[in-house]
Parts: sequence; C-alpha cells; structure tokens
Amino acid sequence: MSVASIGPYEFESRDSLRHFNGKQLLYVNWEKHRMFSRPFVLALRPETPFSVLLEKYIPEAYAFHPDFPRIDWTQVIWQNSSMRFVPEPGKTLAENGIGHKDLIRFTTPGLDGLNGSGY
Amino acid sequence: MTTAPPKKLSLKERYTLMTRDLAWDTTYQPMSKVYPQVGYEGIKIHDWNRWEDPFRLTMDAYWKYQAEKERKLYAILDAFNQNNGHLTVTDARYINVLKLYLGSTPPLELMAARGFTNMGRQMVGAGPRVACLMQAVDEYRHFQTQIHSVSNYNKYYNGLDEFAHQQSRMWYLSDGKSFFDDAITAGPFEFMVAIGFAFEYVLTNILFVPFISGAAYNGDLAAMTVGFSAQSDEARHMTLGLECIKFLLEQDPDNLPIVQRWIDKWTWRGTRKLGAVGMMMDYMLPKRIMSFKEAWEIYFEQNGSALFNDLARYGIKVPACFSQTVVEKEHVSHQSWIGFYMKSRAMSFHTWVPGPEELDWLSEKYPNTFDRFYRPTLEHWDKMEKQGKRFVNNTQPMNCQCCLNTIKYNEPDDPMSTCFRESVYKGEKFHFCSDHCKAIFDHEPEKYVQAYISSHQALQGNCAPEGVDVTANDFDPARYMNDFWRLDPRATGDFNGSDDQKNFAAWRAQATTN
Repeated sequence: MSVASIGPYEFESRDSLRHFNGKQLLYVNWEKHRMFSRPFVLALRPETPFSVLLEKYIPEAYAFHPDFPRIDWTQVIWQNSSMRFVPEPGKTLAENGIGHKDLIRFTTPGLDGLNGSGY
Repeated sequence: MTTAPPKKLSLKERYTLMTRDLAWDTTYQPMSKVYPQVGYEGIKIHDWNRWEDPFRLTMDAYWKYQAEKERKLYAILDAFNQNNGHLTVTDARYINVLKLYLGSTPPLELMAARGFTNMGRQMVGAGPRVACLMQAVDEYRHFQTQIHSVSNYNKYYNGLDEFAHQQSRMWYLSDGKSFFDDAITAGPFEFMVAIGFAFEYVLTNILFVPFISGAAYNGDLAAMTVGFSAQSDEARHMTLGLECIKFLLEQDPDNLPIVQRWIDKWTWRGTRKLGAVGMMMDYMLPKRIMSFKEAWEIYFEQNGSALFNDLARYGIKVPACFSQTVVEKEHVSHQSWIGFYMKSRAMSFHTWVPGPEELDWLSEKYPNTFDRFYRPTLEHWDKMEKQGKRFVNNTQPMNCQCCLNTIKYNEPDDPMSTCFRESVYKGEKFHFCSDHCKAIFDHEPEKYVQAYISSHQALQGNCAPEGVDVTANDFDPARYMNDFWRLDPRATGDFNGSDDQKNFAAWRAQATTN
C-alpha cells in the first residue's frame, strides 16, 4: 500500500546508506541476555574485519554480565536476522555478507542469563 | 416609548445562533476547494448536519467555565508553592515521575492543540468545527498549566528546564513525538480517530492514573490539581472522539474498513506509548496506586471490551493488538525500567533499584513473571551497585522504525527472547519491535522511512559540534550527545547520591528539626 495524500508524496529514507559517510549500520544482539535491554548499533566501514566485533565491540558492550567470561566461542551460534551463518573473523563485514542495517544475533548455548531468566 | 426587554434565548436557540448559524456554504468556489482535506482519505460524508454535538456548548459559556477552572487551579498552585508544598511529597524519588511526565507531555499537548486547530479549519460541518476549536483551546491550556506546574519544581530539582529543546532530539522522547507527528500529518479523519478516539477515549484513563492518582497518593497537591483540571476537559474530548467514530460509521458503510484500520493502528501506537507509564506506576511512584497490570485489566480489558461491544453493531471489532496487549501487561513495565535503568547517564531523570519491600510488592502483583524473569536482574544490579559497579550501558540503541521505542519487548510467546521483525522497502532494511508496528509501516512505508532515530542521527554526525571530523574512522558520537541534548549532568545517574536526594533530605530536616 502507499500513503494517502493530497499530492505527490516522495521522501528519501533518513537512514539510507549514503548518509553514513562511507560506513554502514550494524546491530548486534546477545540472545537471552536481555539485561542489556536492546541490541546496540554501530556505524562501521564494510571493509572492517569481523574480528573487531569479537575483540572490541562485543566485549565492551557485554563484559558486565557474569555469563560473559563463561562463553565458549567455538560453540556460539551466529545469525544474520533469522539466517544462520558462520562468520570468518579474518574477513571483512562485506565478505561475511553483512550489509547496511543488518542485525547480527548470537546465541551462547548453555548460557541463558541470570538463573536462566533470559536476562 | 417603551419597549419590551428582549426575550432571553433558550439554550437551543443560543446554540443554533452561535454555532451552525455562523456557517454557510460557498457559492463562488466549490466546497471541495475550500475544504480540500476531507476527501482524500477515502472517507465518505453525505450529510454533515447529522453530526450530533455532544455538549451543545457555545463559546461564551466555554470561556466562563474555563475561566472558573483557571481561577481555582492557580489559587491552589500559588498556595502550594508558597507553602513549600514540594517538601510534602512522599519521597524525592517521586519528583522523577514529574520529570518524565511533565518533561514529555507539554509539547505533546501543544501538538494536540495544533492538530485540533487544523481540524477546526478542515471539518466541513459547523458543529464539529466549533467542538474542535474548543478542544484546541483546551489542549493549549493543558500545555500551559503543565509548564506552570513544572516551573515551581524547576526551582528546586534538576533536569526539568530543557524539555522543549529535548523534545525533538532526546532518544526516549522520540516515541511520543513520533506518535503526534504521525497523527498530525495524517488526514483530518485519521487524526480524529487517532487522538480523539484511540488516545482520548480508549487509553487516556491509563495515562491519568499514574499522574493524577499518583500525585494524590504521593502528596503532590499541585500536580493533582493540574491533572484534575485537565481531566475535567477530557470528559468532553472523550465524548467528541466517540461521536466522531459513530458519525463516520453511520455516514457510509465504506468507511468501516478504513476506520477499523485506524483503530487497530492507533490503539497499538497508544499501547506502545504507555510502556513508560507502566514503569511510572510499578517502579517510580514511592506509594503505589495499583499495578500497571491491574490498571490495564480495568481500564483497557474491561472498559475497552464494553466499548467495543457497544461499537460491534457498526461492525467494529476489537483492535487486532488486543490479545498481545493482554500478554504484554505482565512484562512491559519491567522491560521499560530495565531499559531506562541502564541508560541513566543519558536521561534527565534518575533511576534506581527498588527496595526489598518494593520487590516483594512486584512479586505479589506479578506472580507469573516477576520472580522468574525480572527479580534476578534487579537483585544482581543492587549487589553490583553496593560493590561500586552500578550498571551503565554505554552503547547506542536500536529502535523500532515505527513506534521509535528501543527494540526491547519480547516475542509474544517467549519472554526470554527479544522480538524482531523487519521489512525491506526500496532495497533498504527496516526493523520493528512487533508485528503490529511492521504492519503499520508496510501500509505506509513512505511515511515511516522519515523517522528521526536519535542513535542514527548521532552516527551520521548530525549531533556533533562544528569542527569535528564526523567522517573519521574513530569518530565517537557518544562524546557529544549530552551537550547536544543540553543534559544537565546533575540530573543524570542513579537516584542514590543525587543532588535531589541530598537536597530534599536537607530541606525536610530544616522543616522538622532545629
């Protein structure tokens, strides 16, 4: 459907790729650890290596949680939205198939938050 | 020469002379050009004279009633202020309800005033035009009285002074702004259904419970009086909203699916707006009235069901979101408080972990969910705070493209998992918090692609001062946000250790000791 209007109604998306100065948006969520309330968002260049997420952004965001040091990173399940994928840390976001406004969700089997609460 | 005194007009004559008799149909120009907005939404009106005016109020009587209300209101406000009434509230934590409520609501009242002013211009019938004009003036009055109410508290407590600047910029105010921007940029009939019916009629009671009753329960005579003074206008607004729905449905059967879609949309948008209200009721009022869940059951499930049963004869069904709201009433207030607690450095009000007896109250009120999902986090945070590690989430949020809330609500059938939905429009992904927000977007994507998402604006470099290289690889927008929002650092952080907490204790001690 399209909007009902009294005249032509055409506006650019406020968050289309060209507004981000060569970077793209990336959302990250740790599943069943909802103490962090919602995913976090970054603007990164598509040539950024995936390993930066693992080494910098994910620890900075999530180290507060008592489950964090207990993560077995070899067992982590990764999804881009609902599609499972296996990231290659040495390759770039683009090479891992990650585009503008993609949502990376990671699940840590056996770790379901405080007292198994999902938080 | 003697003349008989002029006969006093009956109420009916007076009403006719001062409303419908003032209107005329144009002859030099077609009516459709004079009232260009009433046709394009697809609503068909055959006879504007069938509009029943619920109150038959004329402008002169309106001024008289409203002037009397204002005199009473300001007498009480003055007395409250002169007697240091702010020190009679239950606890300084209560002030944070005012910071959130009165920091977010006045600009929305102003938007409502603008919207109803436009309705007063666009409606073809003189009856609805006069009613909309009065409602516009009411909304403007609420805007003003709320600011007057803020002004006294602003002398003593931090974080109340930049609400006008923050309205269009602050992350947690964008849901309310988006709600009214969406309504006011819709056509006139959608606006009436959105604000007049879904908001004023279906949801307004929930909004006023924490504000008016909360103020009364917590010793705030000033806010209580402002609330009651506004609520006396709401009765008229609710009747206008309901009359509008009935008028639309009686005019033409083709109006039904359009009106139903608006009811579905705006009941959901209103429900999302009320997540923060639930948090005020369950977490922020030191003396609680009832739980958000109980309020939802009384004011939405019971009263709302009665209303929709009444409208069933027109073919109206309960809003599509009804069953989801029933599931969510067990969760939203807790999820909202968690979302705000962790972001305390980016807000102009304080948050805290509830005390032990308050946690027990929550357990009792939410036997199905609180101990299982929410108590462990709050107790963990309390423990960490006592070790000097108060939880702060420094990351930037992901927001729903439609309602602008952060994406923090659960899958309806799984409280442990966050609900994500997405659509692709013109090759770009858009994310939502729920099926209902996705459906609203999918119907009018051109509208919602324009949404102002605070974190995205920051990452685009639109919130940094001039001279900062926003294209640099290491550009960190978070550094500039509190200045951009004009956030008073004294107003941020936990309530424990805040200036408000210390000052309130000191001022109260002055009043009760030597």
